[in-house]
Amino acid sequence: MIFEGLADKLQQTFRKLRGRGRLTEADVVEAMREVRMALLEADVNYKVVKDFVARVKERAIGQDVLESLTPAQHVVKIVNEELTALMGGTQSRIAVANNPPTVIMLVGLQGAGKTTTAGKLANLLLQQNRRPLLAAADVYRPAAIKQLQVLGEKLDIPVYSDEESKNPVRISQEAVHTAIMKGRDVVIVDTAGRLHINEELMAELQNIKQSIRPHEILLVVDAMTGQDAVTVAEHFDGQLGVDGIILTKLDGDARGGAALSIKAVTGKPIKFAGMGEKLDALEPFHPDRLASRILGMGDVLSLIEKAEQSLDLEKAQDMEKKMLRAEFTFEEFLEQLRQVRKLGPLDQLLGMLPGMGNLKKMPGMEVNDKEMKRVEAIILSMTKKERRNPQLIDGSRRRRIAKGSGTQVQDVNRLLKQFVEVKKMMKQLQSMQKSGKKGKFKLPFMR
Amino acid sequence: MGFFDKLKETLGFDKLKEGLTKTRSAFTDKIEQIITGYRKIDEELLEEIEEAMIQADIGVHTTTRIIGEVRKTVKKEQIESPQALYEVLAQKVADMLGHEIKPLNRAAEGPTVILVVGVNGVGKTTTIGKLAFHMKQAGDKVLLAAGDTFRAAAIDQLEIWGERVGAEVIKQAEGSDPAAVVFDAVQAAKARRADVLIIDTAGRLHNKTNLMEELRKITRVISREIGGAPHEVLLVLDATTGQNAIAQAKIFQEVAGVTGVALTKLDGTAKGGVVVAISAELAMPVKIIGVGEGMNDLRLFAPEDFASALFNRDKE
Repeated sequence: MIFEGLADKLQQTFRKLRGRGRLTEADVVEAMREVRMALLEADVNYKVVKDFVARVKERAIGQDVLESLTPAQHVVKIVNEELTALMGGTQSRIAVANNPPTVIMLVGLQGAGKTTTAGKLANLLLQQNRRPLLAAADVYRPAAIKQLQVLGEKLDIPVYSDEESKNPVRISQEAVHTAIMKGRDVVIVDTAGRLHINEELMAELQNIKQSIRPHEILLVVDAMTGQDAVTVAEHFDGQLGVDGIILTKLDGDARGGAALSIKAVTGKPIKFAGMGEKLDALEPFHPDRLASRILGMGDVLSLIEKAEQSLDLEKAQDMEKKMLRAEFTFEEFLEQLRQVRKLGPLDQLLGMLPGMGNLKKMPGMEVNDKEMKRVEAIILSMTKKERRNPQLIDGSRRRRIAKGSGTQVQDVNRLLKQFVEVKKMMKQLQSMQKSGKKGKFKLPFMR
Repeated sequence: MGFFDKLKETLGFDKLKEGLTKTRSAFTDKIEQIITGYRKIDEELLEEIEEAMIQADIGVHTTTRIIGEVRKTVKKEQIESPQALYEVLAQKVADMLGHEIKPLNRAAEGPTVILVVGVNGVGKTTTIGKLAFHMKQAGDKVLLAAGDTFRAAAIDQLEIWGERVGAEVIKQAEGSDPAAVVFDAVQAAKARRADVLIIDTAGRLHNKTNLMEELRKITRVISREIGGAPHEVLLVLDATTGQNAIAQAKIFQEVAGVTGVALTKLDGTAKGGVVVAISAELAMPVKIIGVGEGMNDLRLFAPEDFASALFNRDKE
């Protein structure tokens, strides 16, 4: 889960706080000491931590908070608000030119992930019915141009490059001209990675900026960066004027120091976050949602959006009908399984449900992708006939299925049993709908 | 004469200091500034030093530990002058880093296999290029293996380095099984009597179980083909990385049996202080450092120099 370490520590602190009915000033001070440690261990910038803790303390120790009926709740609310504010409040979008093409320039240190991000950003814009063009202005790193070309090919997006030229300013200008000629409405310029203290290379970026007048200069930052993140961002912003940040490698287990510090220090919003190696793994950044995920309050909005994007609505409705008619067979089961997997890795999904982030740590509750794959393998090892009519599956068929899927007979048995349970539930649901009465249907865990 | 004797001879350790100039000046200036502001050693001074250390990415945990030791020493040896704190601090850090220079491991006979691992974007391929260059200079026959079959154009990047330094690259098509590439490379290294085989791998985040399993498989293939190999598993760490580097080191150590760290990008303003924590907590030595993009920008890591470069006031 995103920012797991920080989330764990903060939630632990607040659970302790909730355990007490009334809060004294000393309780708040102690909790804030723990928050400070958690933030520092998460690589949040030293000064940002200092200010943050001071602000929360000041607000939390105020009269009405400590004397309210649920003081701990209030403290968490304040922390949530301040965390959100640290990361910039609400989502920031990228600027669009009145007169296309919109020119976007990606800058940053070596290895931050600029080239990969250029590909992902192009893909995201493509989804929004834009027509991007990629520009290969990294003339230094071996095979950087080739890398962008490969990405362009995969996405079927034109890439402007000139392997003869060692002049990134010229290349950028030519790319913009090409975009105009070809009617592309966005140009994404991939520049070479450089140190923020390298004057010569920083001057080169200034020259590119002057010659193509980009609408957006986005600084690409590795989410695992330590205390130096702020220095780097300040330098790039000071010399170039940055419009926003793209955080990469957020699918690692970074605790979020860069995410929590950069906006606070530079005032520049984080606009996108890289969430994986695949080209569709770039997401708009929502500070408010992230803050509540860190505090274990879930992020149902993102989950719904994900579902809307990845699930096939028609199929879902069709499935619902079949389920209600109790025509639910292993074929539908398999289809459903695949739909859920389309939503992304399970642990990422769980982190979006309130209070569910800790679920996977409970024994016996390891909902992992491996398990789902195993179930899929078992179903795929059944014949079509067996899938439609599971009663057929006798002892010797079970052994064959286990063998075919590389599992044990017990695994097959368990799945068959679960399937019967699900069907039973469907029947209940069906009779409930028929009788038109609500509330008759009871889930096993309801009283 | 081994590669490292030669390297020592050609580069000398002044170069290490040179590479660390920025690290040192950013950090020492800070410490010096702090210390000159005080007439005696008190809590406030220690707290300010603590802050500076955390800002150098040494981490809260390790910083608290070091400051605790400093406190003890100050008390025991009745140190009063803030100026003397430099030496105490440097000593404590060097204690944690281990005092000796640790050269890369070599095979007793046959090809030495060096496996290079790390998360995305830390500079694995560049480090391999530099390493290959130095080993060629020292007279070794070097073979490179393009084990990053995932990232677009990663193979091309390694090939360009191979051409630059004159080392052959063993490769397959993009998207092929990296373990198969590694198998081929090991066979080639044996058949062609290479002195060194350096294996590039795809960047992988340490929390991706399947990618780490892939790495486990690669290591297995190597040790099955050559007993005792890989002789060196280098974890490449980016000096700008914060405390996350500890998690990286732990998991890579567990999966691939890391034998040493290559700390890259020390030519920026990042201090790389997290290696102090890594050395102290995981007993994982830093072996080489990267201080620039050129072929020559590779240095052996000298812990005492690193520590005193961090704290030493003398500006030569």
